[in-house]
Amino acid sequence: MSDQVESVEARAEKLQGLGCARKRVEDARFTRGKGNYVDDVKLSGMLFGDFVRSPYGHARITSIDAEPAKALPGVVAVLTAEDLKPLDLHYMPTLAGDVQAVLADGKVLFQGQEVAFVVAEDRYAAADAVELVEVGYEPLPALVDPLAALADDAPVLREDIADKTEGAHGARRHPNHIFTWEAGDAETAARAFDQAEVVAREMISYQRVHPCPLETCGCVASMDKVNGKLTVWGTFQAPHAVRTVASLISGIPEHNIRIVSPDIGGGFGNKVGVYPGYVCAIVASIVTGVPIKWIEDRIENLTATAFARDYHMAGEIAATRDGRITGLKCHVTADHGAFDACADPTKFPAGFFNICTGSYDIAAAHVAVDGVYTNKAPGGVAYRCSFRVTEASYFIERMIDVLARRLDMDPADLRMKNLIRKEQFPYTSALGWEYDSGDYHAAMEKALEAVDYGALRAEQRAGREAFARGETRTLMGVGVSFFTEIVGAGPVKNCDILGLGMFDSCEIRIHPTGSAIARLGTISQGQGHATTFAQILASEIGIPADRITVEEGDTDTAPYGLGTYGSRSTPVAGAATAMAGRKIRAKAQMIAAYLLEVHEGDLEWEVDRFQVKGNPERFKTMTELAFAAYNQAVPGIEPGLEAVSYYDPPNMTYPFGAYVCVVDVDVDTGVTGVRRFYALDDCGTRINPMIIEGQVHGGLTEALAIAMGQEIAYDEVGNVSGGNLVDYFLPTAVETPAWETDFTVTPSPHHPIGAKGVGESPNVGGVSAFSNAVNDAFAHLGLTHTQMPHDHWRVWKTAERLGLTG
Amino acid sequence: MIPGIFEYHRPRSVGEAVELLAALGDESRVMAGGHSLLPMMKLRLAAPEHVIDLRNVEELKGISIEGGAVTIGAMVTQHEIIGSGALAAACPLLRETALQIADPQVRYCGTVGGNLANGDAGNDLPAAMQALDADYVLVGPNGLRRVGSRGFYHGPYATARADDEILSAVEFAVPPRRHGAAYLKQKRKIGDYATAAAAVVLGLSGETCASAAVSLTNVGDTTLFAEEAGTILTGSRLDADTIARASEAAKAIARPAEDPRGPPDYRRHIAGVMVRRAVEAARDRALEVTDA
Repeated sequence: MSDQVESVEARAEKLQGLGCARKRVEDARFTRGKGNYVDDVKLSGMLFGDFVRSPYGHARITSIDAEPAKALPGVVAVLTAEDLKPLDLHYMPTLAGDVQAVLADGKVLFQGQEVAFVVAEDRYAAADAVELVEVGYEPLPALVDPLAALADDAPVLREDIADKTEGAHGARRHPNHIFTWEAGDAETAARAFDQAEVVAREMISYQRVHPCPLETCGCVASMDKVNGKLTVWGTFQAPHAVRTVASLISGIPEHNIRIVSPDIGGGFGNKVGVYPGYVCAIVASIVTGVPIKWIEDRIENLTATAFARDYHMAGEIAATRDGRITGLKCHVTADHGAFDACADPTKFPAGFFNICTGSYDIAAAHVAVDGVYTNKAPGGVAYRCSFRVTEASYFIERMIDVLARRLDMDPADLRMKNLIRKEQFPYTSALGWEYDSGDYHAAMEKALEAVDYGALRAEQRAGREAFARGETRTLMGVGVSFFTEIVGAGPVKNCDILGLGMFDSCEIRIHPTGSAIARLGTISQGQGHATTFAQILASEIGIPADRITVEEGDTDTAPYGLGTYGSRSTPVAGAATAMAGRKIRAKAQMIAAYLLEVHEGDLEWEVDRFQVKGNPERFKTMTELAFAAYNQAVPGIEPGLEAVSYYDPPNMTYPFGAYVCVVDVDVDTGVTGVRRFYALDDCGTRINPMIIEGQVHGGLTEALAIAMGQEIAYDEVGNVSGGNLVDYFLPTAVETPAWETDFTVTPSPHHPIGAKGVGESPNVGGVSAFSNAVNDAFAHLGLTHTQMPHDHWRVWKTAERLGLTG
Repeated sequence: MIPGIFEYHRPRSVGEAVELLAALGDESRVMAGGHSLLPMMKLRLAAPEHVIDLRNVEELKGISIEGGAVTIGAMVTQHEIIGSGALAAACPLLRETALQIADPQVRYCGTVGGNLANGDAGNDLPAAMQALDADYVLVGPNGLRRVGSRGFYHGPYATARADDEILSAVEFAVPPRRHGAAYLKQKRKIGDYATAAAAVVLGLSGETCASAAVSLTNVGDTTLFAEEAGTILTGSRLDADTIARASEAAKAIARPAEDPRGPPDYRRHIAGVMVRRAVEAARDRALEVTDA
């Protein structure tokens, strides 16, 4: 009865719904060491798998002698490609329509490639046995430069498909060619360039990096030979897709496969794909009838599982003399490594790279992407961004700065002049996307005012003069970026992975006492779904978030979904959650009408109850209605209170933001300090401000890592460097600057609650802000572009080239 | 990341450790904090059959400052170096150096003796010890001997320590009150080895440099004692021109390898910058003492 005296506001607050900075419910177990990760799964009789990997970037295998390894006590089996061939499992399909060797078939194509799989009674015996497998190699010339991949005399890498002139995405014109993909209109673009007053060109490379989640990839496969059921626990960002792929590969009926993603220690795209370790563990479990665990170590994770970027973008931008952009062209050479295992929607082999006109109103544009094979690890995943969006955003944000130098215009002014105007939304870009909503000028103005941009430029001018007088050896750089993300893949009409439409789902059961469980097709890897999805639901159905359990990741219980990556959880599964909640509410309204003896139309929803219009003293709370659903015989209505929604989004969502970065470069050492970083994000309706801030902090930190140090590099024979955490830059709190966050709110017009997704925006906008700042430090000396990462020696080299050292 | 099979031993005295080392022979390795040896074993770059862990050898622990001499036991951790107020008062250089080793977790386990005896040019404490002209105490089957830090390092992981000896302590004279010292290290991130680093100890007489010692970390096969740089500085008034010449002299002996920190030219250049900045810092600190 206390409900009657509580105010609307008090009741709303109790729900901890939309907009509440609710504490993460996941943290209680994580901060107490009670998380349950795949390596915590321990089953009776479990065996351990470990890989023999190639030391060469490109070599023919002349022999494999596993006998010494098999003779070691504790070793159960050693699998090679020859063992998998009778099962037709020596190759597996990739998400990109290619095939990938599960175990090397006669040839190795990258350093770290899987050659043999050792199964032993414990990890130690497995590791000892790996050393004892004797593999003979005949080294071959390696191809590591993607720009040389299509040369006439380039070594042929993929002998298994050398004769195929048609790939999954159209014609192949060279044995090392994967696809050509185009967007926009070449002729219109060419005309714009013919008529252009000013054209700027730049070759912009985005280096190969790796998502490097703290937890590496792994699985436990367990085949129950009695009931024929295969269970696989693993680090899967898309458990249902893994189930379907596993069924298609293995021939095991899909109802007999259960995929479980337990707690996942970060994914960032690295855990979307299917890896040879999963296949080998499953095969070994089927063969031995006991569970098999495979957990990779850090070096294996960095050198053999999915990398990101490696995009080499030749850009041209056309403009009028007063800075109105009239055209954009881009040709990308995309290094996909030895197998095309990119994780993109099937119809988009270059992801959504055609968002590369960015936040600007550019009438004519054309892009072409050539994917090529090299002797590097396969992958090409969206590392904390939507598909190839960070590449696109980096490209346009650098090109804008390059153009600004050419025009001798301030980069912020040039952006303001060309941003899409508020009244142009929904805006259709020259490359084919329909941007849903935005108020770019307001965001940019707020950002520039917040950092006092004019004062920063004045300070920079004074600093440059002091530098010229020899009073300081430090140069200040100011980087501005304005990004537009494209997330929430996606509409089934054009987004699928291997034919699976990219909808997502939510199933809700309300318990008689007014609490609930919601199950989704997504899987949190740190995003806090159990916290935020309960908040969406709390606001929709009037049950406090604390009384709603959110469960994901078990394909036997969760509804089918395409998983969590590309910032799609909130735009797609979040929408499904709201829609399922509305179905619950609709049924509750019918029950309320019966109990209150009024027509349904005479009721209105208020926070946690239905009340009679004009007579708010007569109401039924959701708790009361839940109980009624289970104990009242309501004529014409089934008992119970459950709903499921499969949500096919009508469009993507387009989060955006304005970032400003200030750096100080020590020209004598190349050491670059980030003095200040301001990030304004507009992700539409904000579900949980605290989680948004955490996401922005994390994304910016990864952006810092990429811009300032991360690189997976290969030498001329294909030796990989950066494959360990001594050399691969993973920032600690010490390297991470203080972040200033801010926001505007422009709801998505087509999303049920107006939310757009935020987890990846800071990476998309952050990388270019850092890079623009470093380039800007030297801009007055004529520098237009230097390649990332901006590590100490590269920055120093830039200073040296400009004659600043000595 | 899983080591091969090995036997583990945990002696309780230096004598017992030396006996074990002699008895077990070439395939045995002494372990102090384990932060160099264990990663090497996990990568299977090292595969000793016997690991002799010194953690229970009490006589290798403790810092003593008596009669103008400092003695630091081999099993003193880098964390303890940072925490010792008496040591910081007598010789601030070691705290400054230890604070730049790896990260706090590593320093809780990493030891002075391990850092000095390992023979990796990337270790930070050897340069500080060379600048302080410290002696290392080695104990073997034939007893005890002292070797100067400046002559200790012969090549990568090759030192004056014989295979059957244990480095038990390091000793050096407390620097005079009117001295200044600095350890300047450029690294890419916390936990990294130096792109280049320099340790400098200067003694002042009035405003003239009475003594100077310079040593370099991670720009050659071993820690490099830059004797000529010290000679150039000694007797000067530590003016910019002299410091520049000393810096050039130190650079001239640097032979860094190409690695992801940068090519040799760059790392040699950074060695010069670190020397210049370390000398300037040491000078300014020494002048502060003089003024006090």
